[in-house]
Amino acid sequence: MPRYFTDEHEWIDVEGESATVGITDYAQEQLGDIVFVELPSVGTMLDKGGDAAVVESVKAASDVYSPINGEVTEANGALEDDPALVNTSPEDEGWFFRMTIGDASQLEGLMDEAGYKAFVDSL
Amino acid sequence: MSDETIEEQAPEKLPLDGWHRAQGGRMVPFAGYEMPIQYEGIVAEHDWTRQHASLFDVSHMGQLGVSGEAAGEELEKLLPGAITSLKEGRMRYSLLLEENGGILDDLMVTNAGPQYGLVVNGACKWDDIAHLRDHLPDEITLTHYDENALLALQGPEAVGALSVLVPEAAELVFMTSDYFDWDGVPLWISRAGYTGEDGFEIAVPAEHVEKLADALVADDRVKPAGLGARDSLRLEAGLPLYGHDLSTETDPVSADLIFALTKKRREAGGWLGHEHVMQLFDDGPARKRIGLKIDGRMPAREGAEVFAGDTMVGTVTSGGFSPTLGHPIAMAYVDTAHTEEGSELEIEVRGKRLSATVTSMPFVPHNYYRGSK
Repeated sequence: MPRYFTDEHEWIDVEGESATVGITDYAQEQLGDIVFVELPSVGTMLDKGGDAAVVESVKAASDVYSPINGEVTEANGALEDDPALVNTSPEDEGWFFRMTIGDASQLEGLMDEAGYKAFVDSL
Repeated sequence: MSDETIEEQAPEKLPLDGWHRAQGGRMVPFAGYEMPIQYEGIVAEHDWTRQHASLFDVSHMGQLGVSGEAAGEELEKLLPGAITSLKEGRMRYSLLLEENGGILDDLMVTNAGPQYGLVVNGACKWDDIAHLRDHLPDEITLTHYDENALLALQGPEAVGALSVLVPEAAELVFMTSDYFDWDGVPLWISRAGYTGEDGFEIAVPAEHVEKLADALVADDRVKPAGLGARDSLRLEAGLPLYGHDLSTETDPVSADLIFALTKKRREAGGWLGHEHVMQLFDDGPARKRIGLKIDGRMPAREGAEVFAGDTMVGTVTSGGFSPTLGHPIAMAYVDTAHTEEGSELEIEVRGKRLSATVTSMPFVPHNYYRGSK
């Protein structure tokens, strides 16, 4: 299953008609201890680059943007009880939400794993 | 006017800059300096401070000396607390005020024997120096000890760790200070800090600060901690932070800092801002700084609006998640009618209303050492 990355440090896994979104290990490392994640509710229509979620670390609130257009189909309820999952397992158990793929062509503008790694190394 | 003329200066480096980086500190610009916000993580550093001891570099703060005949009397014209009656080695929390009662800075003032020592906020120090120089007579000497570093060793195990290097420092009690010699290095040590824990602030010549920091963290009880933990610790301790909870828009009465206005001096006056502050003191302030305990896990940050029903009654000035308590807490200025302990209010965050309860501060009890019982 292909995984893409944005320059805002979100990842998106594409599986058929559905995609799963989270933030990268680099992002959680930068944010520090995460104490709360505000997730979009099911049915929310998201726009590429638009606000999708908010991560609260001890020090600040940070926006998480939607990598593509689509509708939210599921939010990760596990983050409600244990937001620190984003720190311990950012690219697996700490996923944020699932969404439909409104416009598959938007995926083409995103980075692959090697591209994202090079991007982070350049920061 | 071109943009070039208002270009900001690059942040300065602290004497311990290389040491912080070698310890894994993540450096951020703060108060004109590059400072460590964290090393291993804010929560880990916060918890370590509450249980053991942490070393904070607060060398960005201004260390000032005020000397000359009648230096105490002259300082009393600018500070609302009793200064001349402060015994040698004693210190107190005080405020620099404007004529209209607005707070220019909060500070610690110590009777250091031949002179008074002031420790002021880093971001305000140049304005403070200008204010003091403007108001103090020419015979009073104002010295800026900018060749000194300042370390804060905070936590219940701070006394044990410092005693290894300077055994006599253990005899200090909260809000007292003295000179000590460590291996030929002169240290000015105060039993004080801004975390709510027992601990010390240590002024040391910059050329010796790295040696001292190394010696302190060589102790297993001591780890370095950054600005992030310092902020969450002081918030739990209910201590206001200048530039957030205090400003020229606030005054000592609204800020609930009446303890800093010594009773005798409230009555006698003779200090800058007295008239306006006493007006507020007698009439009661329109709004007051209070603590809020927030339900759930979503923090409310500085600037969030506080509501009683549909009416906006205040604004959050500091807020965050309390690692010790496991829920969000905040300080806010709220209309006096809604400041009673237990009052139920709401805070608006991104269009949502969070339930909050007015709570006495400190949120986490202070753990100061006031002498053996």
